[in-house]
Amino acid sequence: MTDDLDTMREHMLTAIAAATGLEALEACRVSALGKQGSVTALLKTLGGMSPEQRLVEGPRIQGLREAVSTAIAERKAALEAAALEARLASERLDMTLPVEAVPAGTVHPVSQVMDELAEIFADLGFSVATGPEIETDWHNFTALNIPASHPARAMHDTFYLQQGIDAKARGEADEKTTFSLLRTHTSPVQIRTMLKDKPPIRIIAPGRTYRSDSDATHTPMFHQVEGLVIDKGITLGHLKWTLETFLKAYFERDDIVLRLRPSYFPFTEPSAEVDVGYTWTRGKRVIGGSGDAPGGGWMEVLGSGMVHPKVIAACGLDPAEWQGFAFGCGIDRLAMLKYGMDDLRAFFDGDIRWLKHYGFAALDVPTLSGGVGAA
Amino acid sequence: MKFTLSWLKEHLDTQADLEAIVLGLTRVGLEVEGVENPADKLAGFTVARVLTAERHPQADKLQVLSVDTGSQTLQVVCGAPNARAGLVGVLGLPGAKVPANGMELKVSAIRGIESNGMMCSTRELELGEDHDGIIELPEDAPVGTPFPDYAGLNDPVIDVSITPNRQDCMGVRGIARDLAAAGLGTLKPLLGTEEQPGEGAAPHIRIEDAEGCPAFYAQAVRGLTNGESPDWMRRALTAVGQKPISALVDITNYVSIDLGRPLHVYDAGKLSGGLVARKAQGGEQVLALNGRTYTLTPAMTVIADDAGVHDIAGIMGGEHSGVSAETTDVIIECAFFDPDTIARTGQALSLTSDARSRFERGVDPAFLDEGLAIATMLVQHICGGTASPVTRAGTPPLGTRSYAYDPALAGTLGGLPVAAERQRAILESLGFAVSDDWQVTPPTWRRDVDGPADLVEEVIRIEGIDKVAPVPLPRAPGVARPTATPEQKLERRVRRAAAARGLDEAVTWSFLPEAQADAFGGGAWSLANPISEDLRVMRPSLLPGLLAAAERNLRRGAGAVRLFEIGRRYLAEGERPTLALVLAGDRRSRGWREGKAAPFDAYDAKAEALALLAAAGAPVDNLQVMGQAGAAFHPGQSGTLRLGPKTVLATFGAVHPSTLKAFDLDGAVAAVELYLDALPARRGSGFARPAFAPPALQAVRRDFAFLVPADLAADALVRAVRGADKAAITGARVFDVFAKGGETSMAVEVVLQPGEKAFVEAELKAVADKVVAAAARLGAALRG
Repeated sequence: MTDDLDTMREHMLTAIAAATGLEALEACRVSALGKQGSVTALLKTLGGMSPEQRLVEGPRIQGLREAVSTAIAERKAALEAAALEARLASERLDMTLPVEAVPAGTVHPVSQVMDELAEIFADLGFSVATGPEIETDWHNFTALNIPASHPARAMHDTFYLQQGIDAKARGEADEKTTFSLLRTHTSPVQIRTMLKDKPPIRIIAPGRTYRSDSDATHTPMFHQVEGLVIDKGITLGHLKWTLETFLKAYFERDDIVLRLRPSYFPFTEPSAEVDVGYTWTRGKRVIGGSGDAPGGGWMEVLGSGMVHPKVIAACGLDPAEWQGFAFGCGIDRLAMLKYGMDDLRAFFDGDIRWLKHYGFAALDVPTLSGGVGAA
Repeated sequence: MKFTLSWLKEHLDTQADLEAIVLGLTRVGLEVEGVENPADKLAGFTVARVLTAERHPQADKLQVLSVDTGSQTLQVVCGAPNARAGLVGVLGLPGAKVPANGMELKVSAIRGIESNGMMCSTRELELGEDHDGIIELPEDAPVGTPFPDYAGLNDPVIDVSITPNRQDCMGVRGIARDLAAAGLGTLKPLLGTEEQPGEGAAPHIRIEDAEGCPAFYAQAVRGLTNGESPDWMRRALTAVGQKPISALVDITNYVSIDLGRPLHVYDAGKLSGGLVARKAQGGEQVLALNGRTYTLTPAMTVIADDAGVHDIAGIMGGEHSGVSAETTDVIIECAFFDPDTIARTGQALSLTSDARSRFERGVDPAFLDEGLAIATMLVQHICGGTASPVTRAGTPPLGTRSYAYDPALAGTLGGLPVAAERQRAILESLGFAVSDDWQVTPPTWRRDVDGPADLVEEVIRIEGIDKVAPVPLPRAPGVARPTATPEQKLERRVRRAAAARGLDEAVTWSFLPEAQADAFGGGAWSLANPISEDLRVMRPSLLPGLLAAAERNLRRGAGAVRLFEIGRRYLAEGERPTLALVLAGDRRSRGWREGKAAPFDAYDAKAEALALLAAAGAPVDNLQVMGQAGAAFHPGQSGTLRLGPKTVLATFGAVHPSTLKAFDLDGAVAAVELYLDALPARRGSGFARPAFAPPALQAVRRDFAFLVPADLAADALVRAVRGADKAAITGARVFDVFAKGGETSMAVEVVLQPGEKAFVEAELKAVADKVVAAAARLGAALRG
C-alpha cells in the first residue's frame, strides 16, 4: 500500500509537470481528483477502514490529494502565465510611433505683464481700476489740467471720433463734452476714480490707449498702466519708493537704479520722468545697475509726479487736505524690456509663431510666492 | 531745440565742461536728446599747402603733389583741375574717414605712385555741393591747423527737448539762465537792449483785434542792403540746422533761437498804407512763405495793409511782402499774439512754424522793447540803413501774479526739505521775486508757473530731484483684501482656461476697415482722423481682427490656428468686455491613427463656448441653444447660448462662406463670441460649501431609441425626456444619431436615481412609459 501510494504520487506529479496545456492538465485533474479519479477512489476507501487503520491511512491519502491539487494549481498558474506572456508578445506595438499632441495655448505677454503688475501692486495695497477707452475730452484733457488750446494736447496726437458721447446713456452726469476721442493715456481713470471713490485711494489702471502715431517704435494702439495714490501727507519721496519697489519687483533685481528727471505733465506738479539704468550685455540691454556706470545707459520707462492741485480740485476733493502721486508707464515696453521682444508691431499681429515664442503657459500665473516673472 | 556750446557761452559765463553742462541740463529738466560735434567726423583733416605740383607720369589727368602739413611734407596724388603749387587747402591724412562716403584714407599707390592722403572738395567734407575742385583756403590760412578748428566747426551741438511749459527755454538765453541757477556759471548781461533815437517817420501801425494781438511794436529801417549774413551768424544757424537765406531772414531766425523772440520783417516797398492787426475776413487768402496758399477764417488774426494780408499773425509771413536781395526799406514787427488764438489758427491750418511754437506757448510779454531794439541793432549792424523811431500799438498783457508760498512745502509735497534761504536764492536766480513774507512773484517769462506746487517744482529741480529720499508707503491696516474686481477675476479665469484648452491669445487692433465692421453688424464709432482707412471704425466684434490674423497665419503655412482675444466691443451703448475665438485650418492633422485631416466645425465652436462658459462659472446645464447668431455665421450651423430666452451669453458656429471669402479664407472656420458682461454674477455666499451628500443607491441607466421627425432638435427631445419624471430622472443625453431613408433615429440614455429604496420593476416600467409618452408628444416614436 505504501509503495503503491508513493508510486501513484510520483506518477501523477510527473504527468502534471508534463502537461503542456490547460487541457492536458485538466485531464490529469480528472484522472486523479475527478469523480472517477484514482485519488477520489482512494478517499472513498477510507470509509471502509477500521478506525486504527484510518488513523494511519487517512493522513497519507489526504497528503496525496493535497500534493496533487497543489501541483495542478501551480502548473495551471505557470501555464496561464506562459499563455499571457505569449499573447502579450504577439500584441507588441511600435511605441516610437507619434501620438496626437494636445495643443498647448498661450497667454499674450501684455496680459501676462498686466497680471504681474496687479500682483506686485496688490502687495502694496493697490486695487485695479478700469475706465472707458472712448472718452470725453473733459476726462482725457480738461480735468487733467489740459485746457482746449494747451500745447500739450498737440503732443498727444489724439484720435477724435465722429460720434458724440451720450453721457446719459452711459449713466454719467453731463461733463461738458465737446469731443469724444480715444483716450490718449490711462490718466482719465485717475479722474473717474477720484470722482467715484473717497480717499485714501490706491489704484493701478492698466488698459488700451491710442495715439495717432505709427513707426518702428510706435503703434496707434498700445497699452499703459496708470498708478494713483491720494492720501494725506504723500510726498515725492513716497512716489520714488513706490516706483523703486515696483521696478525691482517687476525685474526681480535688487540692483535697479532709477534716475528721476524733472519734466512736465500738465496734471502733475512737480513732475518727473523716470529712467532706469541698464548695461549692455552680449549685445543686449540688460536692466540693472547705474546708467552712469561704464558701458551703461539710461532708458526712460515712465512719467510721474505729484497730482496737480487743480486736478484734485476738478474731482471735487480739497487739495489742501488731499495730495498724492500718479505715474504712467507703457506695458508693451515693460514687456519688451523684461522678455526681450524687439518689435512692438508684432504684439498686435496675432502671428501664432510669435505668440508661442513669447507667450506664456496657462499655468504660469504670476504669484508673489512663485515669483511674478515666468522664465 | 538745438544750440552750440559757443552760442550758450554767449550768455553763460562758465568754466564747466561739455559733460558737466549736458548732465546739468538733464538734471534741471532740459532733457538732452543728443550731443554731436561736427569736428568729430572731420578728425584727420588739416590745413595744408601745396608746395609743388607735377604731372603724373602714368595719367594725364592726375598730378603728383608735395604737400606741407605743417609738420612734414607728404606726396599726394590728386585729380583736381585747380590743384597747383601755392594753393592752401584741406588734406585728409591716412586714417581719416571721408564724411561724404565713409571711406577710410590709406597710404596707397595710384597708378604706381604712392599717395599719402587726399586733398578734399567741399562736397567730400559735406560742407557744400561744390565738387569742381579742391577747397581753396585763403593764402594766410595757418598750415598744420586741424581743419575743424580753422573752420570754427569744433563746436558741439546740443539738442535738448523742451517741454511745452518752458517757452523761455526755446531761446538759448533761457537755457543759460536755468544752468546759472543750477550753479553752472553766471548769466551774462544782455547787451543792445536800449532803444536808440530814430530818424525819419515811424511806421504806421494799429490794432483792430486787441484780443488776438494785444501789442504790436514796429520800427522801420531804411536804406539797407540785404546781402548775406556774416560768417559767425551763418555758421551758428547752420550748426543748429537752420539754412541761411539772407541777412534779414537770418537775423530774425537768430533772434528767435537766441532769445525765444519771434519777429517778422516786411519789405516796406511792397506795402501799401499802414499795417493793421485785425481778424481775417472769411475766405481771405494769403500765399505764405512756404509757397502754399491758406484760406483764412474770421477766428484768425492777421497783419494786413490796405491791399491784403501779409502775415498769418505769429505763424508765418506772406510771400508778397517777404524780403529779397532788392529790399532796401523794411518794417520790423515785434508783437504779442494771444497764445490760444495762435494755437487754434495753427491747428486749423495744419501749419507749424518756429514762430507758432513759441507764440502758442506764450512769449515773454515784457520783452517787446528789448527784442525790437536788439533786432534793429543787428539789422543796422549787418545791413546798414537808418532806423526810425518805434511805434507802439497796444499793451502786452504782463499779468503779474504772486503766490503766498510756504517753504515747508518743499518737504511736505516735494519730499525734500530745503532751507528757506536756499529756496529764496534758487527762486531769485530763476528771476522770481520773493518778498520777506514769502509772497513769490514769477518772472514775466514764466507764464507756466501757477501756484505753490509749481514753486516746489522749481526748488526741487534746481536743488536736485535725485536728493529726494525714498519713503515707504505705509501699509494699509488690517487684512489684505482682494484688489481685483469680479470682472477682472472673470477675465483672468477665462483667459487661462482658453489658453489651457490650446488657444493662443492674440491682441488685435480696436479699429477696423469699415467693410469689416459692416459685415459684423456695423460700427457705432468711427475715427474722424484715422491713420489709414484700414484703421477707421471701432470694432463691433472681435472676430474680424481674429479672422484676419487667422488668414495671415494660414498664409504663412500654419496647419491649425486657434486664436482667442479678450477685449472690448465698442457699441453705441458702451464698451462690452468680450472673449472671441476662431478655429481655422485642421482641427486634427492627418495621422496614422486618426486617418485623414479633419477641419473644425460648428460643434468644435460649441464645445469651446461651453467649456469657457463653464470655466466662467455659468450654469451650462441650464443654457438654451437658440438661433440668430448673426449674418456673419452659417445660417444652418450656428447658434446662440442663452440663459433664459433673452440673455445671450455666447454666439457660436461655422463662419458664413461669404464672410470667409471677404477675409480670403479657404476652408471651414469655426468661431465663438462670448459676452463676459452678460454672465450672471457669482453669488458670494462665503467660502463654505454645502455638505457632501452622495446618493445612497446606485443610479440605473435605461436606453431608448426613437424615430423622430426630421426637424426635431435633439435638445427638445432631451428636455422632454428629462421632464417626464422630474423626481426619478436626473439625466438624459443623446448618445447616437443616424439618419437613413428620410428617417432619423435618436438614441437617448436616461439616468434614473433611486432615493431611499431601490426601484422595483413596476416603477421602472412606469417611468419608461412616461418617457415614451413625453417623446410621443414631440412626434417621436419608440423604435420596435
